[in-house]
Amino acid sequence: MPLLEIDNLRVTFSTADGDVNAVNGVSFDINQGETLAIVGESGSGKSQTAFAMMGLLAKNGRAAGAARFDGKDLLTMSNRDLNQIRAREMAMIFQDPMTSLNPYMRISDQMAEVLMLHKGMGKAAAINEATKMLDAVRIPDARARITMFPHEFSGGMRQRIMIAMALLCQPRLLIADEPTTALDVTVQAQIMQVLGDIRRDFGTAVILITHDLGVVAGFCDRTLVMYGGQIMEEGPTDDVFASPVHPYTSGLLKAVPRLDRADATLATIAGEPPDMSRLPAGCPFSPRCAQVLDNCRAERPVLATRGNRRRACHLPIKEVA
Amino acid sequence: MLPNPSTVESVAAAMDMAELRGRSLWADARTRFSRNKAAVVSLVLLILIGAFAVFGSYLTTHERDFIDFSLTGRYAYLGVPSFETGHYFGTDADGRDLYARTVQGTGISLMVGAVGALVAVTVGTLYGATAGYFGGRIDGAMMRIVDILMSIPFMFVLILMLVIFGRSIFMLFLGIGLISWLDMARIARGQTMTIKNKEFVEAAHAIGVHPAKIILRHIVPNLLGIVIVYATLLIPNMIIFESFISYLGLGVQEPDTSLGALIGEGARNMGNGVLWQLFFPLFFFVMTIFALFFVGDGLRDALDPKDR
Amino acid sequence: MFIFVARRLAVAIPTLLILVVLSFVLMYAAPGGPFNSERPLPPEVLRNIEAKYGLDQPFWKQIVNYVVGVVTQFDFGPSFQYKDRTVNDVIAQGFPVTLTYGFWSFVVAVTVGVSLGVAAAIKQNTWLDYLAVGISIGAQVLPNFVMAPILLLVFTLWLGWLPGGGWNGGQWEYLIMPVLALSTSYMASIARITRSSMLEVLNTNFIRTAQAKGLPMRRVIWHHAMKPAMLPVLSYLGPAFVGMITGSVVIDVIFSTGGIGQFFVNSAFNRDYSVIMGITILVGTLTILFNLAVDILYAWIDPKIRY
Repeated sequence: MPLLEIDNLRVTFSTADGDVNAVNGVSFDINQGETLAIVGESGSGKSQTAFAMMGLLAKNGRAAGAARFDGKDLLTMSNRDLNQIRAREMAMIFQDPMTSLNPYMRISDQMAEVLMLHKGMGKAAAINEATKMLDAVRIPDARARITMFPHEFSGGMRQRIMIAMALLCQPRLLIADEPTTALDVTVQAQIMQVLGDIRRDFGTAVILITHDLGVVAGFCDRTLVMYGGQIMEEGPTDDVFASPVHPYTSGLLKAVPRLDRADATLATIAGEPPDMSRLPAGCPFSPRCAQVLDNCRAERPVLATRGNRRRACHLPIKEVA
Repeated sequence: MLPNPSTVESVAAAMDMAELRGRSLWADARTRFSRNKAAVVSLVLLILIGAFAVFGSYLTTHERDFIDFSLTGRYAYLGVPSFETGHYFGTDADGRDLYARTVQGTGISLMVGAVGALVAVTVGTLYGATAGYFGGRIDGAMMRIVDILMSIPFMFVLILMLVIFGRSIFMLFLGIGLISWLDMARIARGQTMTIKNKEFVEAAHAIGVHPAKIILRHIVPNLLGIVIVYATLLIPNMIIFESFISYLGLGVQEPDTSLGALIGEGARNMGNGVLWQLFFPLFFFVMTIFALFFVGDGLRDALDPKDR
Repeated sequence: MFIFVARRLAVAIPTLLILVVLSFVLMYAAPGGPFNSERPLPPEVLRNIEAKYGLDQPFWKQIVNYVVGVVTQFDFGPSFQYKDRTVNDVIAQGFPVTLTYGFWSFVVAVTVGVSLGVAAAIKQNTWLDYLAVGISIGAQVLPNFVMAPILLLVFTLWLGWLPGGGWNGGQWEYLIMPVLALSTSYMASIARITRSSMLEVLNTNFIRTAQAKGLPMRRVIWHHAMKPAMLPVLSYLGPAFVGMITGSVVIDVIFSTGGIGQFFVNSAFNRDYSVIMGITILVGTLTILFNLAVDILYAWIDPKIRY
């Protein structure tokens, strides 16, 4: 049984201008200790997919379908039961480390409360444990700095603290929502290094949500590409990068700057990300697709499995440029 | 490195969009305001109250300051509101027509609110814009003065001033306006700090336009939205201030009157079975304040939808 | 922390001095004031004032005398109206009363307002929220001088449950209406501020983090959201304090509670300048001290403010 099984997940937000469908029927699994990348532009529904699993959707949002963790559906679970899984089995770190820690509480209190709540530890023991975890994410002089407030740390440090806090109960799944987006490039590499070590040392399964393909390569076993709240293609990371089977993926890959080919001009994908309240009837990517066919606009392609890869596209695989 | 063409294009598009939006800001605001039912109803109510204050005196034959000695001592039953005597709202202890007095009281209260808010907003905007524009030490000193003034209980000082310089409507207008500009100064300063870094201000500065002119021509007009919102929210508070002072008998002086003075009179005579003396002014006071609050809220939501 | 308090005091003390000097100058300049003898004063009073300030002395000496008296001994001098009383006597008589019902009004406004606001925010868009918003909008138009006659009308004239005025040593029956009348509109404002700031805080990223940690809602609210949500409320407490102390004037007049407000209004009508000044300075001092306390509390809650 996979650790987490997402089955036809839909996320809808009701707004003053009508319903906005952020996620439209997404299905995927992740196994024990596996790493999965969910890649897409902002607004592709990748973050909302994660929020729905964690029960963290905004008040006007609702999720349908199923998200089974260990066979138990997270979407229909009571808040009390969900709180038993959050942090303990499944933890999440967020995009913006500057605002994700409570600025009014000491790091020690923010970390210790997790252990006190889930493990029933006393405060002193909990702080001790938290200090060890800060050491593990390589916060220098953790014992002294744990009593500091978030604003006394840099962005990269805060993201390490977030990672340490998420790992306190040694969860089986860590969801990292754009963990490096808000950070400097050099710090990005360090954070990815920390995440990699953590995965190796604790055997934690990781879902890495990002728009940055550079981060994905070398870190994730599998890659899943989303657009317009739907899955475009999925497969082993190396295969997806070497031979994309969807025009969107191939477009994304061409837009990554390459240092080894100085002469190449950087390609862009023309057009704007889709308006989620008015998605086209057919493939959501069809308005921007360079290789669009006649039936792409009218008919939504199904997500077809072929070997260890899945894709949703009308274009024959060989013709994807 | 040159930015790639698509970036330039998208920035240009965004700028067009912003310009488009800028032009329709007021139209947008009007749509949003008219969608807010409470605000629209309140606006209508406010117009009716205003009409009552302006034209109400044509609907009665009684003068507001005519003292009817035949009612002296007997107004508890002779001064009852009635259409036969023409005293729609009854009379006060001196036999003066309460309808006519309520008309005047409403008018004065509205006027105090408007003039007080105008004084407060004008002083506050200019002061705040100046502090914000110059920044640095001037700003520090000017805002420190605001801080100091804010910690003085001004109602007491105002009453002290009213006692010393005599009680007059003019003093009241001035005093109420002058004690209420502090918040506006802070708001205007904050806004100015962001505006002064915009290109048009820097351009004006670069070609050597006089600072006073920059503040008046370029900064103040851009503060207009927030000033209007703050002014509408200030008016009811001004009216409450004035009513407070007049309630105590220290504000508007006889034979003139305001809603606060009438409420005070009504409250003092409450035990004599002349409840109409309390009820009518209270009704107009509460309605006016209510309407003003809702209109102010509606305006704020309309002009600044993100601030909810 | 010590430096922080010292720095705030360094601002507070000049403020107070300005207030004292300003009041004295205003009084000195007053037409018909005691210092320009346009108005005949009772001879005893005149003697008191003369003994105190020395009317023949130059202006600057008088002002120094007054300021020194106020600062060193908290001595506001003799009354201009009563021949046998000083301003200090008046304050000693009225201030405990004002302090008593003022304290309770403050407590009621803050506790009820905050609870109502938090409840409304947590149960946003439920009947509880609508009720709380309704109450706070309604109470906005009920400042003390409107609330007081309404209460009197209902509880004294119609129902006959509560005495219509007086103090009687501060027994609870005499306390209820002053406290209600004084606190209602501030309670409403506090509820409104609490609700909107709580809603704002509940939408922040760090609350999402707290939820992701599996904390129960109760703990999220009390341990994570409460402190930041209280900051705007704290900023409002200064103005609320000034408002209540100002409102006490009306309360004293309507309910004849005998607090300093009553003396203040009497003196205003009788041009008893020294009493007006004394009370203004007293109120100013209290306000400044209160604001200082609020600042310290603020710095304690918000770690980003360094003392």
